[in-house]
Amino acid sequence: MFELIAQHPIPAALVALGGLAIIFGAVLGFAAIKFKVEGDPIVEQIDSLLPQTQCGQCGYPGCRPYAEAIANGDTINKCPPGGQTTINAIADLLDVEAPTLDEEHGEESDTRTVAYIREDECIGCTKCIQACPVDAILGAAKQMHTVIVSECTGCDLCLEPCPVDCIDMLPVEKGLADWKWNLPPSAEEQIKALRPGDIIASDQDSGDQAA
Amino acid sequence: MRKVWDLIGGVHPPENKHQSVQESIGTLPLPEKLVIPLNQHIGAPPKLLVSAGDIVLKGQPLAEPKGMVSVGVHAPTSGQISEISDYPIPHPSGMSARCVTLIPDGKDEWIEHKGTDNFRDKTPEELLDIIRSSGISGLGGAGFASAVKLSTRQPISTLIINATECEPYITADDMLMQERPEAIVEGIKILSYILGEPDEILIGIEDNKPQAYEILESYLEGTNIELVEFSTRYPSGGEKQLIQILTGKEVPNGGLPADIGIVCQNVGTTHAIQRAIVHGEPLFSRVTTVTGKACSTNRNYQTLIGTPISHLLEYNGFDQSQCSRLVMGGPMMGLTLENPEIPVIKTTNCILAPTEDELPTPPPAQPCIRCGMCAEACPASLLPQQLFWYAQSQNYERLEAHNLFDCIECGACSYVCPSNIPLVQYYRASKGEIRKLAAEKVNADRARQRFEFQKARKEKEEAAKAAKREARKKAAEQARAKAANTRTSTEVSPAATGATAKSSAADDIIKAAMARAEAKKASPEEQRAKLERGVVRAESHLETVEQRLQDLDSEATDKQREQAQAAIEDARLRLEDAQSKLKAAPEPKPDKAKEVMAKVQASPKEALEKKIATLKDRINVTEEKIAEAEDDALKAALQKGLEKQQEKLRDAEQQLTEAPAESTTAISETEDAAATAIAKAQAKAAAQASMSDEEKLRANVTSLQTRLKKAQERLIVAEEEGSNHIDALRTGVEKLQAKLNSAETELSELS
Repeated sequence: MFELIAQHPIPAALVALGGLAIIFGAVLGFAAIKFKVEGDPIVEQIDSLLPQTQCGQCGYPGCRPYAEAIANGDTINKCPPGGQTTINAIADLLDVEAPTLDEEHGEESDTRTVAYIREDECIGCTKCIQACPVDAILGAAKQMHTVIVSECTGCDLCLEPCPVDCIDMLPVEKGLADWKWNLPPSAEEQIKALRPGDIIASDQDSGDQAA
Repeated sequence: MRKVWDLIGGVHPPENKHQSVQESIGTLPLPEKLVIPLNQHIGAPPKLLVSAGDIVLKGQPLAEPKGMVSVGVHAPTSGQISEISDYPIPHPSGMSARCVTLIPDGKDEWIEHKGTDNFRDKTPEELLDIIRSSGISGLGGAGFASAVKLSTRQPISTLIINATECEPYITADDMLMQERPEAIVEGIKILSYILGEPDEILIGIEDNKPQAYEILESYLEGTNIELVEFSTRYPSGGEKQLIQILTGKEVPNGGLPADIGIVCQNVGTTHAIQRAIVHGEPLFSRVTTVTGKACSTNRNYQTLIGTPISHLLEYNGFDQSQCSRLVMGGPMMGLTLENPEIPVIKTTNCILAPTEDELPTPPPAQPCIRCGMCAEACPASLLPQQLFWYAQSQNYERLEAHNLFDCIECGACSYVCPSNIPLVQYYRASKGEIRKLAAEKVNADRARQRFEFQKARKEKEEAAKAAKREARKKAAEQARAKAANTRTSTEVSPAATGATAKSSAADDIIKAAMARAEAKKASPEEQRAKLERGVVRAESHLETVEQRLQDLDSEATDKQREQAQAAIEDARLRLEDAQSKLKAAPEPKPDKAKEVMAKVQASPKEALEKKIATLKDRINVTEEKIAEAEDDALKAALQKGLEKQQEKLRDAEQQLTEAPAESTTAISETEDAAATAIAKAQAKAAAQASMSDEEKLRANVTSLQTRLKKAQERLIVAEEEGSNHIDALRTGVEKLQAKLNSAETELSELS
């Protein structure tokens, strides 16, 4: 056996390499079927970073379509509700430079708003119900409608179809439950805030003149 | 002596506890008003039971717990509810929250209440109910509902009573243990009973409270309660830290002490539980330390919940000018109060009014020098420095990976930091941000779910609609196919489909309708042919039906016979109908194409004549119109039109008069009229050229004579046929006659 191989090194090598190729091909082929990934994982990842307001300000009918568009090469700065935070997160995920928000699609707003229907004026046309992407409006034909505040994403899509303009976007009231500590001011800000006579405490022998 | 583990990390700030332990727990006169916040605990706000203007008695519930993790509040004294409104509460935000304002009437009148003489007569569940309805939440710090903490499902092997009180200045628990050891021991027994008598009961106490230790120890003789003393170090009073010190066990990350069979209760809470169960007294007061150099007296007070802090300070010689800032709680974890009108709540263990010397304003932070002292001080074995960097860069993922949420916010790292970096504030802010993001994520996921559900629902609706449409289309197609089928089969073998006369009748109706529709579309000939076919078919149908009736005669029932009869009647009717239709149908008209062909083939003369005739007709019509028209403008317009028409007529007539010369020959020889005309003209020209005038005239006369003869012949033929060209032909003959006459006279003159 060894002699045969030694006598015919080139055919032996070819046979060995061919055999390896077949084995690995089979393994890879099996793995491709066995561990097949359904769907596009990058779309899922982008979608999970988007704010899910489903507002359509990006020009796509919802967050998932926009995620798909991004996966297909669209720009990532079309989401005003997500703002710079979302852009940064997606840029981080896709490993690209984070652009600033495209103002064409709207401006970023710090205050979250929810739709509020002035119920006296509502005529019960159900147009807003049909427009709501997350089924957050409750009501029936010729009955007063109301917004389920906890489900409202503040997408504004119900404003336009309302024939009597009885929907307002109201800022969400911030209560104790929403309160959180702020980060302390940065060193630069603290130095800026110092008055001319102030000296940094540790530069003094006694701490009584600390700012 | 029990083995005691060491606290990991920790610091040793100046204790400053001696000032407030000089006097016994005092009581203060009733304040002018009590402001009782509804939500003094972690969890859902309770349900309000009173309204403004109500008179309440001491111990009366003002709000009852709503939901599992919720705690009620009770009236600390009798009086009237003046208002229920938003009022600043002790919270780092300085925000307002719903509070009940009670104006005490000074009578301090109790509501009917009853204690339990022997708590062992009741089941643990009943005792938990009492604890729950007495509004007891943890008095140590966080204010978690005690009943929830005690009603754990895991088997509990160790009950730990936290008597550590590690934070500087605070002596509320110390004084409580010194003055009410009996009640505390009874409370521990109640807790032990509720928890199903755990194997060991430990009281953890720091060695800076020797008096409390001695007093308590004397009451513990003959019990299985063990009093464990360990060296003073901040923050050994933290729940997880105390468990670590006493048992050496570590509470798992993200878990609860109950997960490792341990329940930890504050000594103050234990006392409150004893009051609630033995005396039926809900939690409406607590021991609060009032201390700090800005107050002339430092002492502990049995304080009613809702007492404004200004009231406490007032009775302790508070000097605002001396005070650097007002702190609720200790110097390490306490929160700065902006407003002295803020009320005392269930977790208010200390009011600290320090001077600037005692608690200087923190100097500005300087850059981190990476000294690592914070890591040494951290009792949770975290890396404060690393957390600080990540907090600054808002790298929340890394923060969580570095177990930010295991931070107990004790402040030891900030205390040791040589750069005075407010580390804890960074952690608190980051925790808040992470919680906010997590909440947003939950909302976003729900929105996504709802959006996707709506999308799926709409698609389903659309699909259902499409399916319906498809089904309808199919049904219609089937009906059509069936109809077509029955028709062909009736043609082939009417008897086969005519088995039930009824259904065949129905089919016939459809067929007739379709035939009608097709007849409308078809050209007259086709229509006619179809009608003829229909008649034939109807006849054959009638025949077959009659045949069937005859067949039936022998064995059929009356009903069948009736049906057959009806079918025959129907068939007969249809035959008649078909025949009448056939009669009514117009005779096939000659083809338009043929007409056009005829026109083309007709001689130009005929065409001209025709044109003249139509023009004349038109002139007549126009003249009539002129006669009828009243409007001048219209009349003028019509007149103009008439003139034009007359002109055209004249042109046409002229053409016609010129035409006969050539066209008469052309009529007879249609095939190569032009060729013969040219030949004739050439011959004529040649003849005329050779002929003299007389000869020419003579030839002319003869030709005219032949032409006249031919025209006359044609006129006779036309008269016979009744053609509409008679007039034109007649005028043509007359003109020829006139020409002949003139030619003859000319000839006679010449000769």
